[in-house]
Amino acid sequence: MITWLKDVWEGFYTVLVGMKITWKHLFTKSATLQYPEEKWILPPRTRMRLFMKYEDCIGCGQCARACPVNCIYIKSDKRAPTAAPIYAADGTQIKLDVHVFDIDMSLCCYCNLCTYPCPTNCIYMTPEYEFATGELTNHLYHFAKPNAKFLTVNPKPKPAPPAPAPAAPAAPPAGEAGGAKA
Amino acid sequence: MDFTYSLLGALLGGLPPWARIAVAAAVPAVVLITFMAVGPIVYVYAERKFSAFMQDRLGPMRVGPYGLLQTIADAIKLLFKEAIFPGQADKVLFTLAPCLVVLGAFLSFVVVPFGSHLQTVDLNVGVFYVVAVSSISTVGLIMAGWASNNKYALFGAMRSAAQIVSYEIPAVMSLLTIVMIVGSLSLQDIVRAQAGGLQHWFIFRYFPLMPIVFLVFFTASLAECNRTPFDIPEAESELVAGFHTEYSGFFFAMFFMAEYTEMFIVSAVASVLFFGGWMSPFPWAWTQGIGPIGFGPFWLIFKSWSFIFVHMWLRWTLPRLRVDQLMYVAWKVLLPIALVLVVVFGALVIYVPGGFAWDQWLSWPLTALVLGSLVFFMVTAFRYRLRRAQELAA
Repeated sequence: MITWLKDVWEGFYTVLVGMKITWKHLFTKSATLQYPEEKWILPPRTRMRLFMKYEDCIGCGQCARACPVNCIYIKSDKRAPTAAPIYAADGTQIKLDVHVFDIDMSLCCYCNLCTYPCPTNCIYMTPEYEFATGELTNHLYHFAKPNAKFLTVNPKPKPAPPAPAPAAPAAPPAGEAGGAKA
Repeated sequence: MDFTYSLLGALLGGLPPWARIAVAAAVPAVVLITFMAVGPIVYVYAERKFSAFMQDRLGPMRVGPYGLLQTIADAIKLLFKEAIFPGQADKVLFTLAPCLVVLGAFLSFVVVPFGSHLQTVDLNVGVFYVVAVSSISTVGLIMAGWASNNKYALFGAMRSAAQIVSYEIPAVMSLLTIVMIVGSLSLQDIVRAQAGGLQHWFIFRYFPLMPIVFLVFFTASLAECNRTPFDIPEAESELVAGFHTEYSGFFFAMFFMAEYTEMFIVSAVASVLFFGGWMSPFPWAWTQGIGPIGFGPFWLIFKSWSFIFVHMWLRWTLPRLRVDQLMYVAWKVLLPIALVLVVVFGALVIYVPGGFAWDQWLSWPLTALVLGSLVFFMVTAFRYRLRRAQELAA
């Protein structure tokens, strides 16, 4: 009889305990995010879709070599010596004509390794993450623009004599990238 | 029908008596069937919203402002869907079953007192009638399970029959105590016996006993309308959907409608028997409204919807019982308690002359205590919400 009463009381009491919990949660703020209207506040340096600023690319191909999944495709030719000199934004002279610069974002593993070796910082990760499509081929981004407007004037002409000096430190990252690959 | 009959009699004086009777029967029927058809739309929306809030979600938000049109869209979808008949099903019973279930739920409306004169019929066997008529649904459920010719449907039907038959007994026993005190089975008489404000409601009188009676009735009524934690007849993780596994389209909607209507009926009976029915909780006369109807429907529906909220609250709190646990609760817990209470109340009614004077001084402080704890509960909940919001902001 005593155990029966205890059981009944415990059953009743535990129901109340559970109801208290749900009552509290009835008034808590909901965790749902109304996605298309509201969006996550992304942390700084979020790695989302890759972007390449074609006008700054010197076609060195270090990003393609650094890529662990080989999702960057570059085709470039030597620029004719008679052609007018063009420059990247940091003053590096562009000596290659980049015909194809494709990044297959369906292969990309968002490791960010391609952006470190870039000597002109023209490839980087953007916080853009809404690029789902119905076609897998839509994830192949063509960054080479046929009628891109390159800088024809060196934007940083002043350190003309020590120009080889910045070019020299540009080499070690390449070696680093090669080392990382090996 | 007495009130509507006299009202319409004044309006339709020229008609022959049989036509007046027909109109006086048809008008409440149409009003109640509309209430019954529209009610589930509100309940389903409320249920989805409350369940979402209890799980820290938002619930339907897309269709209409705050998802208000979601259940309307769902209802329209259900009505336009094809009603599929399984090849091996008994077509006649299969069609008849949802009608019977809806009928059982709908007939109970006849005696629900929405106001002092707003009742279809004030039957002198009102409580008995509600209990008897709501059991018709059980026949419909078994019919549905049998006619579907499906193992799971039959399991669900059998479980629901066992469950409803078991829980009918403690429910009726607990109703019996009230009936003994009032001395009448008429729901209108029971409401009138609680006149005079909050402290005269039966839940606040006969202090240690009546809350237990109410708990027994409430638990049993939960089981009778197959709500969680007693929803083993339609346990979706064990049986597919129980007795309505094979139903689709409009027939499924009928089962749905019957289930939610039954929830309302059970809640209305609970508020009539324990919470003063259409009586206002306040001592001031104007809260009762003017005229023969006044705010009666408002108070009854408000009280019933509060109970429906508690049903939903419990549903999203408690896990489902096992079949043996279900039977244990019915036969070994609720029934003995109800029997003891019936004996105790019978003895009090017979041997204590002049009613129960001893509960009169207790009901005021008790009412204050209950309301105070309610306010405390609300305040703590809002404080919790505030603290949570601050935590999230930090």
